[in-house]
Amino acid sequence: MTQYETVIGLEVHLELKTDSKIFCSSSTSFGGKPNTHVCPVCLGLPGVLPVVNKKVVEDAILVALALNCRIAEFSKFDRKNYYYPDMPKNYQISQYDLPIALNGYLEIELDGELKKIGITRLHMEEDTGKLVHQGTITTTPFSLVDYNRAGVPLLEIVSEPDLRSPEEARIYLEKLKSIIQYTGVSDCRMEEGSLRCDANVSVRQLGKEEFGTKTEIKNMNSFRSLQKALTYEVSRQIEVLGEGGRIVQETRTWDEGQGITLPIRSKEEAHDYRYFPEPDLVPMIIEREWVESVRKRLPELPDARRERYVRDYGLPVYDAGVLTSTKEMADYFEACLNAYSSPKTVSNWIMGDLSRLLNSNNLEINECPVSPVNLASLFKILDEGTISGKIAKVVFEEMFATGKDAGTIVKEKGLVQISDEESLTAIVEEVIAGNPKSVSDYRSGKDKALGFLVGQVMKATKGKANPELVNKLFKEKILN
Amino acid sequence: MIKKSDVEHVALLARLELTDNEKEIYTRQLNDILGHFESLQELETTNVEPMAHVLSLFNVFREDKVDRHLPSENVLANCPDRDEDCFRVPKIV
Repeated sequence: MTQYETVIGLEVHLELKTDSKIFCSSSTSFGGKPNTHVCPVCLGLPGVLPVVNKKVVEDAILVALALNCRIAEFSKFDRKNYYYPDMPKNYQISQYDLPIALNGYLEIELDGELKKIGITRLHMEEDTGKLVHQGTITTTPFSLVDYNRAGVPLLEIVSEPDLRSPEEARIYLEKLKSIIQYTGVSDCRMEEGSLRCDANVSVRQLGKEEFGTKTEIKNMNSFRSLQKALTYEVSRQIEVLGEGGRIVQETRTWDEGQGITLPIRSKEEAHDYRYFPEPDLVPMIIEREWVESVRKRLPELPDARRERYVRDYGLPVYDAGVLTSTKEMADYFEACLNAYSSPKTVSNWIMGDLSRLLNSNNLEINECPVSPVNLASLFKILDEGTISGKIAKVVFEEMFATGKDAGTIVKEKGLVQISDEESLTAIVEEVIAGNPKSVSDYRSGKDKALGFLVGQVMKATKGKANPELVNKLFKEKILN
Repeated sequence: MIKKSDVEHVALLARLELTDNEKEIYTRQLNDILGHFESLQELETTNVEPMAHVLSLFNVFREDKVDRHLPSENVLANCPDRDEDCFRVPKIV
């Protein structure tokens, strides 16, 4: 059987979190009443002139630096012409032959090995308006247009065809998202469309240099659907070739419901966009001093932070990777560490119970009802022996549900650990009296029986008994 | 050399409906224009940087500030068809 190699490149569109649009002073805020965040410029009315938002250029430089790109010394905007109602001007202002940045890379980890994925280019452009169809685009009798999003600044980041599997593509996109979130220029929410991804996919016989014919896949709205869509498309192409067929170069859309890709008609015949230099905008000269001043805004990026966690906190590489995957989680971890200096304890709780509750409640860590200081206070009363480890989990769930601090919950619910030897002795004696079989098992050397006996005390005290003390008491009473 | 098929292609991209007679006229006229520009090719431009803009002006920027929006009624005042706050356009594909 012929062996095939998968070749994937990703084109990512990223909405920048500026206050105003890229070429005019209309608001970029999401979800307003249709056609209220618009002005004569983004509506393409005659006689108006666009002016570039300086923050967009600086954010583009910042992201480009984070992705190890070369920042152009000279850059300009171009017109991309196409006839489609998502842009009222009938063209989109984009960058063609002189993008703001070229030749970058990021590193992804595959089975413990680092792999460099090249970034071909990064450029600035304006987002389009939103079209609302009745049913699907092909069956709707008409479409409704909202231009609130038209002119929102976008960065387009194009990777080299360096990705060799759908999984690699997903890991690359996750890493890209992580790096961009650290720079703080975008929310990177795939579900809300502030991070969008198209993929160029082809397969070639293993060992061959030249690329196979590629298809472009659109409409993948989550990391999961990216991997699923690419997996489907790769097997479809291999099947077509295996049957002696040929791959048609075309744009295909991912149909999540059916789990397949389908060809779609392109916006414009043969993508004939007739680019030309945008006459309404003057070119940009990017002085190196400007680049260096933007570089000062660059935060510690995920790779560096992960290494620091391993080096300075002695955390396992896996923990460090999870904690630094988003800036918010790493910030939370460090805030917690400021109040309680045991990195591994903090890491275990954040990666365990905290992440579990965040996921099941569909919350991001910056929306966490338990503040880092509060979480640290739970560790402190745990260390002091006020509550047992088991009760700590109950207290934590309550903290998460109510936002109250650990001490208050322990008091209100009467969860203070029973460490009073006299009252525990009474319960221990009752358990011994009621379980002669386990007692004799334990006496004859079956350590497991002790666990059962301790469990009975825990049951009687609703988990509040001090486990160490209970163990000690059983040993004294049975073995002596 | 512009062919009639080029004129048809460009007309389609611009959503222009042309009669056969018009296609002939525009093919001839566009070739005349290109012929005129050909004389510029005679200039020696080996050491001339391609021009990105006719003005020798660079780096014109605005600060990231939100200003007034156009009132909704004005936004939709000239549109031929609307549905409440949206522009309504014919079927696209």
